[in-house]
Amino acid sequence: MDTFDKGSGPTHGKPFQVALLGNPNTGKTTLFNALSGLRHRTGNYPGVTVEVRKGALKASFNGTDHDIDLLDLPGTYSLAARSPDELLAVDVVTGCFGESSRPDALVCMADASNLERSLYLFSQAVELGVPVVLALSMVDLAAKQGIKVDTRKLSEQLGLAVIAVNATKGTGLRELKAAIIEAALGKVAPNAQMLPEAVKSTQAELAKAWNCHPGFVLRALVDEGGEAEKRLTAQKGATAVAELQAARQKLTTQHQIALPVLEPRCRYPWIRKQVAGTVERSQNNQKGFTEKADRWLVHPFYGTGIFLLIMLFFFQAIFVLAKPVMEWLGELTDGLASWLGGQLGPGPFNSLVCEGVIPGVGAVLVFLPQILILFAFMGVLEDCGYMARAAFLMDRLMARCGLSGKAFIPLLSSLGCAVPGILSTRVIENRRDRLAAIVVAPLMSCSARLPVYVLLTGAFLSQTWWLPGLTLFGLYMIGFVVAPLVAWTLKSTLLAGEKPIFMLEMPPFRVPAVKVVARRMVEAAWEFLARAGTLILASMVVVWALLHYPSTTPDGKYWPEVIEESKGEDRLVLLEQWKSNTILARVSRSLDPLWAPVGWDWRIGAAALASFPAREVVVASLGIVFGQDPEWEETAVGDESEKRLASRLQEAKRADGSRLFTIPTALSLLVFVALCCQCVSTLAVMARETRSWKWPAFTFAYMTTLAYLGAILVFQVGTMLEGWIRP
Amino acid sequence: MTSQQPPFAVEKSLDKWPLQIQGEIVSVEGTDSVACRLLEMGILEGEPIRILGYAPLGDPMEIRLRDFQLSLRLSEAQRVTVRTAPLPVD
Ligand SMILES: Nc1nc2c(ncn2[C@@H]2O[C@H](COP(=O)(O)OP(=O)(O)O)[C@@H](O)[C@H]2O)c(=O)[nH]1
Repeated sequence: MDTFDKGSGPTHGKPFQVALLGNPNTGKTTLFNALSGLRHRTGNYPGVTVEVRKGALKASFNGTDHDIDLLDLPGTYSLAARSPDELLAVDVVTGCFGESSRPDALVCMADASNLERSLYLFSQAVELGVPVVLALSMVDLAAKQGIKVDTRKLSEQLGLAVIAVNATKGTGLRELKAAIIEAALGKVAPNAQMLPEAVKSTQAELAKAWNCHPGFVLRALVDEGGEAEKRLTAQKGATAVAELQAARQKLTTQHQIALPVLEPRCRYPWIRKQVAGTVERSQNNQKGFTEKADRWLVHPFYGTGIFLLIMLFFFQAIFVLAKPVMEWLGELTDGLASWLGGQLGPGPFNSLVCEGVIPGVGAVLVFLPQILILFAFMGVLEDCGYMARAAFLMDRLMARCGLSGKAFIPLLSSLGCAVPGILSTRVIENRRDRLAAIVVAPLMSCSARLPVYVLLTGAFLSQTWWLPGLTLFGLYMIGFVVAPLVAWTLKSTLLAGEKPIFMLEMPPFRVPAVKVVARRMVEAAWEFLARAGTLILASMVVVWALLHYPSTTPDGKYWPEVIEESKGEDRLVLLEQWKSNTILARVSRSLDPLWAPVGWDWRIGAAALASFPAREVVVASLGIVFGQDPEWEETAVGDESEKRLASRLQEAKRADGSRLFTIPTALSLLVFVALCCQCVSTLAVMARETRSWKWPAFTFAYMTTLAYLGAILVFQVGTMLEGWIRP
Repeated sequence: MTSQQPPFAVEKSLDKWPLQIQGEIVSVEGTDSVACRLLEMGILEGEPIRILGYAPLGDPMEIRLRDFQLSLRLSEAQRVTVRTAPLPVD
């Protein structure tokens, strides 16, 4: 807080520090990407949970090249901070943040089709004593709505550069970069008077007394009960708080200034004055497309129907579209494993590679197509503006169970992966609401559960064309139903408190940008693959070892060799003899009483146990325990089409010769996977976000309990029903 | 569907208006941070407003201001007083 005078002018060659500021949905991310290309990294800042991306770029001005370090701040409507994350923007622009010095210039992004509202943040930025450049996006959209902004006039009026940019098309970028350099070199901060003199002088006095940046002081002064005040209390103690109270008191009584609403009441008139004469509206009495579409999309009846249809369509699409690619990838990894198996010669290393590593990574890779489809779908929904409608439709329901409608988006993205889902709960300002959302996010069926869903659904629940889609839908519904129930329980016990405010902009519908969607897909795929390459691979190796050793027969021979030498049908029997004596199998068999009520045997139990570090492993462990070795299978089973793990599971027998997987067994395993928290990454992120191990521990405990109880319920009821249907 | 505009100006809080009513914001009540949030988001005196719809179960509601659409809960909408006005929103 006392570092506000750290901002030193850039010496020759030192890059300019520039921060990018703007409302959500103004095209800020698109602009950042267009400016910095692929050269950006994500900053990790202590104490805050939002991602701040930093990019490096070059700009030329007056024939010389300059370097710029561009900092992308989280989208916000106002600098008034109600959470630590929102205070980040204030910290960065006042230079109170970490090792970064005060920025040399700010770029404020404003939406030309919604100019007045998006200039509110700008009006706060121009008071910070830093040069500002205004970037106008959506000029094309505004023109379509009959709104024309005269950038030259606006620039003259404001006394700073106003540049129209279209980051999707790449226009205006060069001008913007030049304007940034000009502003940073000129070092002239805009001079705007909006707040009353009394507030200004109080702000200056307190800034001097506390040795704080005036920008921070204003936040502490105006936002009663806000985050800046909390920080001040924590850092400067009781005297500062007393001074703050006295200053507020004085402003209220002596100057009749109502503090929290002071800012909008002073800023909007200023904004209107600046904008007057620069914005031309052609009288256009037609309701826009967005409004017409909303008549249907947010209609209580049709809107909900459309919402459910979109969801159902999507899950069926995943199943149908991804299948051919998955099969092809499956063949490929199988082929690779058997080829390498031939090359390596027998031994534990061969087994490690062919049984552990390749199937492990392969089993993950196979699901890449589905993850791509999932993120394509989410990207399209978000970019076209539908996501906000979904939040709107769901808010009352969410509010009933103590969640905010804003939690809907994090929960929906937890369908991809709980990790980004938990990260995106940062949009929820209220701490209790946010915790509730974080704790239930892992209940949503993430893409890592999909492999198991698809495998078991394909093997046991695809008798008719509509059954797989319906089962998949049902499995996803488990999350949709259980998560609110858990949230409700939490909000009425551990996290009880008053209801926070909910306000959500409904962005105009637009055609989703291919670039934006593609970027999301690539990022998701990359993250997923990186995980497959590290955590999942590591747990696969551990699981392989636990299912490989002891690897000698009672008379001291190496099991795989014994199996190799034996003939046809014997192999499966021998394989089971070996596997059932391995470490994990012993553990699992000792837990038999635990498996009986859910209808599993030690093999399913072992696969479930093995997948606690990362549930991606569950399919591959099933592969190991059920002997999905391409070499054995080819000779043992022979038929090419039966090489798949699915058929292995269908054929698996219990000790008494009955089929291991009945429909209730398959369902109980499915429900277990749906509800269980088998993901170390999620727990780690949760610990980081909540800054304690209490919540991850709690989440792990309640989810595991729920999963087990759910599996019992499904198996017992399922078996009963089966008895009635086929007596 | 056209709205059934009352023949004379009526003032009521925002949460009490039926669908598709066009109006003008008369006042935003309060000086606390909730009022501040409403004002910050552009819910200001004198702005034209139209009620676009209510979510299932009647809450939250969606409104259109001059340039954008917003949804908010009835508990917050209660603070906003709206007068029917002959002005079109767009
Ligand atoms: N028509 C138009 N669309 C834009 C412009 N700038 C960005 N977009 C689109 O607006 C959408 C939202 O952009 P994004 O960068 O994700 O917004 P953010 O929420 O501010 O980061 C994307 O589909 C962009 O392609 C523009 O100047 N004109």
